[in-house]
Amino acid sequence: MDHLDALEAQSVYILREAYARIEPLAMLWSLGKDSNVMIWLARKAFLGHVPFPVMHVDTGKKFKEMYEFRDRYAEEWKLDFLREVCPPIEEIDPSLPPAARSAARKTEGLRQAIAKHELKGVIAGIRRDEQATRAKERVFSPRGETGAWDFRDQPPEFWDQYKTDFPPGTHIRIHPLLHWTELDIWLYTQREGIPIVPLYLSKDGKRYRSLGDEDITNPVDSDAASIADIIKELQTTNTSERAGRAMDHEREDAFERLRATGYM
Amino acid sequence: MKDDGTTTLTPDQLKGQALAEAETDGARALHRIVIVGHVDHGKSTLIGRLLYDTDSLPPGKVEELEAVSARRGMAIEWSFVLDAFQAERDQAVTIDTTQIWFKTALRDYVIIDAPGHREFLKNMVSGAASADAAVVVVDAEEGVREQSRRHAYLLHLLGIRQVAVVVNKMDLVDFDQARFEQVSKEITEYLESIGATPMVIVPISARDGDNIAKRSWRTPWYDGPTVLSALDGFHGHPGVGAQPLRLPIQDVYKFDARRILAGRIESGSISVGDTVLFSPSNKTARVRAIEAWPEDGKPESAAAGESVGITLDEQLFVERGEIASHVENPPKLTTLFHARLFWLGHKSLTVGSRYKLKLLTQEAEVTVESIERIVDTQTLETSAGDSVERNAVAEVTLRSRQVLGLDDYGDLPKTGRFVLIEDYDTVGGGVISMEGLPDQRQAVEVKSTNVISVEHRLTADNRAARNGHHGGVLWFTGLSGAGKSTLAMEVEQRLFAKGYQVYVLDGDNVRRGLNANLGFSPEDRTENIRRVGEAAALFADSGIICITAFISPYRVDRDRARASAPGRFHEIYIKADVETCEQRDPKGLYKKARAGEIPQFTGVSAPYEAPEAADLEVDTSTETVPESVERIVRYVENVSTFKRNDRKPPMRSGPPPCA
Repeated sequence: MDHLDALEAQSVYILREAYARIEPLAMLWSLGKDSNVMIWLARKAFLGHVPFPVMHVDTGKKFKEMYEFRDRYAEEWKLDFLREVCPPIEEIDPSLPPAARSAARKTEGLRQAIAKHELKGVIAGIRRDEQATRAKERVFSPRGETGAWDFRDQPPEFWDQYKTDFPPGTHIRIHPLLHWTELDIWLYTQREGIPIVPLYLSKDGKRYRSLGDEDITNPVDSDAASIADIIKELQTTNTSERAGRAMDHEREDAFERLRATGYM
Repeated sequence: MKDDGTTTLTPDQLKGQALAEAETDGARALHRIVIVGHVDHGKSTLIGRLLYDTDSLPPGKVEELEAVSARRGMAIEWSFVLDAFQAERDQAVTIDTTQIWFKTALRDYVIIDAPGHREFLKNMVSGAASADAAVVVVDAEEGVREQSRRHAYLLHLLGIRQVAVVVNKMDLVDFDQARFEQVSKEITEYLESIGATPMVIVPISARDGDNIAKRSWRTPWYDGPTVLSALDGFHGHPGVGAQPLRLPIQDVYKFDARRILAGRIESGSISVGDTVLFSPSNKTARVRAIEAWPEDGKPESAAAGESVGITLDEQLFVERGEIASHVENPPKLTTLFHARLFWLGHKSLTVGSRYKLKLLTQEAEVTVESIERIVDTQTLETSAGDSVERNAVAEVTLRSRQVLGLDDYGDLPKTGRFVLIEDYDTVGGGVISMEGLPDQRQAVEVKSTNVISVEHRLTADNRAARNGHHGGVLWFTGLSGAGKSTLAMEVEQRLFAKGYQVYVLDGDNVRRGLNANLGFSPEDRTENIRRVGEAAALFADSGIICITAFISPYRVDRDRARASAPGRFHEIYIKADVETCEQRDPKGLYKKARAGEIPQFTGVSAPYEAPEAADLEVDTSTETVPESVERIVRYVENVSTFKRNDRKPPMRSGPPPCA
């Protein structure tokens, strides 16, 4: 078993635990590289089937390429696809900095989608290496009735025994990619031949390293025009993956505040 | 061994080991390192410095750190690298486990930073349980403190065997060799007392970078490895592939025509064509295929660590919670086991309390049978006690309502550990010892070799022809005082009067002879019932109707008795609620049990597992004795297996009956 095999086996284990113990369950699909890997892993875990809905919480402000990707693969992968729409920005706390406000809109969209489908489990593709706050996450992370994350009193999680018992009114976020790194994602995408949104690849000296809403995501300087190039680039860079995400830079604790209220 | 009693490896030895390992590992492996120690001994600082020294900080981070530190009026504070939370920064305490990546020339690492504060033990456990190796940070000035000991003890309990020690803040003691050796001796003595050995002990100053990546000129007397070369000297996971197969079933998928058993192999390996045994159900089948997606990649075998889906050559009813193994080396089956556990619950653990146990994918309700001792993780002194408080470690005995498949932690760690759930939370974790307890599977296996069954010349039908009926077992089960003995004697008399060959095996009578060497410990109770089941089966085989009158509170014991007399076993539930039985109390036992004079008294301080599908149920709290007797006698008269000329019960083949 090599390193990628080990990561895959662990994620498959997590997905199977979620499916065995939590119902109703849905997987979030942001259309980005991580959630594509996550869907791929679900197909491995359930031998070609994805036995729960795959949900896109749509801000309506994604790149055209992302929507094309979504429509094509929702069909090709025979997903039980759900599209949920975020509320208008006017309904969101105007005291937030612009990018954080935009992210808060997505959080609210997610909260409404969870309530609408009465979801008990939401599978999300976050990774510990993305952002320091996410490093503190659990694989099975309980959320209160408002979707809030209490990072001060997280349940113990060890020996792969995850939190599958939780009171009514609350739900669990399941993070099958928590132990992966950005480099792992690309190595696995390359090995398995998983399709990606072409925006990740360099065009005119720039590429997107992380994909969010069109208006708050910036490309980074890069000549990486293939996955192999990206892998080479990552093996030498120290710049953070979310450097192109505006909301992370508005305040020292902006991201933490977002997550505490239910952002992924 | 050096003079101070520590075992250290030279840098060359470490490098040699690491390189040999790197070759066998193939690709760059990820090693998980946990860093523990007493609060303020400098764990986060060490990590920040490791990142800096391995060039793992993003550009601008050092300047940012300098700015943040200056704003707070301090010199550069490496621990800010990890302190992602505003809240934490304000309290200057690490709240939760943090994971952070860095790489050396040799391999990739993820460091798990565990907090030092006593009340944050659960987070430390969450971080440490998945580590390959640990670094214990000890302050050169303060020396070994409460949490240094506690964390080292817990690391050992969690199964982490590779431990390095760093003696930090050497700058505060002027890099004094004597002080270093004193602290080394202190920590080594403690580690050895719990059965652990530090692989290296490194004198460092995390703040200044002494002996982190580069050897320090300030410790000319130290010839051991730096922290980084010590880390590179750790091994990855030891090979679990050669161990016995344990494949706990996570789920059963029927998405298409296939019935796929899904699970992750915890140890050993499995191949297509293998015969596998499922525990605790004891069913066997052959592996038809190891399924995969995409389908062209179906493997012929799979090993520890792999998540697989298997199909079998026959449609077995197997559920989540079963453990697949090979027939020759299965897990133990038991309802009783000892454990050493660490307790994280806000409510204390007490004798008699019930919890949900999770052991791999098995779930069961367990009761705390006894607390043997409570371990002070600082002094390692043990004491008696009837409750275990949060953050304590204790040795306990747990009893499960249902049979569990498990292993001794010492033999197979993954199947030898569990967590306990109370309400919605994980409140403890423990490792299992089966020392002195019987494997309940062993009880039905024949111990002696060269045993060959001899065929009788007489068949059951021959005997039935003589007696006018077939033999069988009427197994009465129920609480003490439910009326088992009374009814047994009455039914015996009635059946005898009707011409039946009948005999009663009664609890107290059997304990005077056949089972005189057995007491009332759980294993003795199990053995008592096993012998009665076997004896009753012999009576039945000889053509006699044998009535047994034993509480026999556990389903597993009754099921085993049923298996001893296949096709001729009749479970008769003599039902009465505890209140009724306690009122009758013909032997005065309830009174004694309530007074605490009889421990583990069924219905009072030990569970009774009512039959799920008894062949006959009589309720003595609503029926009179003659009514109950009448129903049982009628049952015997009507049931086909006792009738001479009816369909033959499944028994040994033999010559045709002469009647």
